[in-house]
Amino acid sequence: MTASVDELQLIARRIRKTVLELSHRAGTPHLGSSLSCVELITAAYWGGSKLDPTFVTDLNRDRFILSKGHAATTLYAALAMKGFFPESWLEDYAKPGSPLGEHPSPGTPGIDVATGSLGHGLPIGIGLAIASRIQGRNNRVCILMSDGECNEGSVWEAALFAPAQRLNRLTVMIDYNKWQATGRSDEVTALAPLREKWSAFGWRAVEVDGHDVAMLVHWLNAPPDPEGRPTVLVAHTVKGKGVSFMEDDNNWHYRIPSSSELARALAELQPL
Amino acid sequence: MRNAFADEITALAECDPRIVLLSGDIGNRLFNDFKERYPTRFYNTGVAEADMIGIAAGLALGGLKPVVYTIASFAVYRAYEQIRVDLCYPSLPVVIVGVGAGLGYASNGPTHHSCEDVAVLRALPNMSVLAPADAWELRSLLGAALQLSGPAYMRIGKKGEPLVHEARPAIQIGEALQLRTGNDIAILCSGTLLPQALDVAGEMESSGIRTAVFSVHTIKPLDELLLGRLFRDAKLVVTIEEHSRIGGLGGAVAEWKVDHREANARLLRIGVPDQILHHSGEQEHAREMCGLTVEKMTSAIRLVWSA
Repeated sequence: MTASVDELQLIARRIRKTVLELSHRAGTPHLGSSLSCVELITAAYWGGSKLDPTFVTDLNRDRFILSKGHAATTLYAALAMKGFFPESWLEDYAKPGSPLGEHPSPGTPGIDVATGSLGHGLPIGIGLAIASRIQGRNNRVCILMSDGECNEGSVWEAALFAPAQRLNRLTVMIDYNKWQATGRSDEVTALAPLREKWSAFGWRAVEVDGHDVAMLVHWLNAPPDPEGRPTVLVAHTVKGKGVSFMEDDNNWHYRIPSSSELARALAELQPL
Repeated sequence: MRNAFADEITALAECDPRIVLLSGDIGNRLFNDFKERYPTRFYNTGVAEADMIGIAAGLALGGLKPVVYTIASFAVYRAYEQIRVDLCYPSLPVVIVGVGAGLGYASNGPTHHSCEDVAVLRALPNMSVLAPADAWELRSLLGAALQLSGPAYMRIGKKGEPLVHEARPAIQIGEALQLRTGNDIAILCSGTLLPQALDVAGEMESSGIRTAVFSVHTIKPLDELLLGRLFRDAKLVVTIEEHSRIGGLGGAVAEWKVDHREANARLLRIGVPDQILHHSGEQEHAREMCGLTVEKMTSAIRLVWSA
């Protein structure tokens, strides 16, 4: 069942709140990267996909891989809200012995693979999509990557291969927030024009507003490409989205919010 | 050995519909029979080894049993991080078959040699490391590897390796096969130098030195029970492998020996010296350069034995 746009936006605000609190409490970085992909993850989990704890061992379930594993807090917030594990687990995020570390770990409920090293999610997604085709399943596979991640050669190996296999139930979302760890992503490498690159590689490549959750849900539910192409959503986003003093400021790739900064940030997220 | 692999995986795929074969753009015509019989279960993933391992991980997550096949040096070194993160971290059942391991592709030059593959893969948690001596061992090990719940790497020769066994041996992963008995020296050989190891033992025997030979087809997990017995009963244990003396079977046995003070026997590690082979030449030439001929290995053992 798909939630209404108002509900989706509320979910997104609540995820942002959790992301901010986790970063503040645990002192972990990548806050800007975690905030830029909130709507992408909201759409993936609440947009009608079969991503639910009740299907956790069902091979027919849809698959989602957070390939940009450094946005783990966004994923954890979503998985907790979805009931993959108790919300109380978030209290111990990044503490010694917690299953919820700074990067996602397989074995955590709802998480199949290790990400954090970039460029791993898409090849795995291709394998999942081929496995489904071999076994006659029609589930979907969605991979969320970052724009900086597109520096990795393995991304482009996979980008070449998936269209050759006509994997039209595979969707990639690129969180194009225009920054990577230490510079503008379009300057560090010649990333732009990003949509055209994927299109030239044989993908159904669409540019979307990565904070327009309704549009993201629309594309995630769009019929598979009749030409057999996999789909990539080049999602224009803002790093640090949702908190005015963090937006498009790359210091928040590593900075940890103080108590007063957290309070100011949460005040901007109302109503919760 | 590659023909035996192609034949065996084709037979295994008949019985297990979950088996999927990935090739890194090698094996031209080698897998024609497989492709014809199981057209949806063969994928040439291109010259993109890192991707191939990631795809295999996805296939395993999707409930299948992928077998990845390419030249050993590319499968291991090119895709090492994918093997570590995608396969070993979640412990997924993927079998990597590295063809022409060691000096099997000697004439192609050092880019194609893989004399450090065991060293780097042995260090990875959850990974099993296998080295069949001949086509029969390969056939037995392949079936056993596909029963594992985690990842496995099998380094195999290329073509024309002599048969040591006359039929498919009963093989347990982690239990070495004994081919000769003798209480003075125990030779532990992993991989395709086994015929030479047997000849070396024959040479020693002709001097009255009783020499046992084992095919250590599994380097990880190591056959520790056997090591305990050999280091107690023999005077000298010799490892032979077409692999660097650093980190291979010899390295694994040396580590074990250090951890077991009761291990009395001496240890000699025979393998590829710590060097790149710049000269052109076929496998036999490369083995000669590395001291891996019967004559040179026999001399090396005699030197230690009489010391």
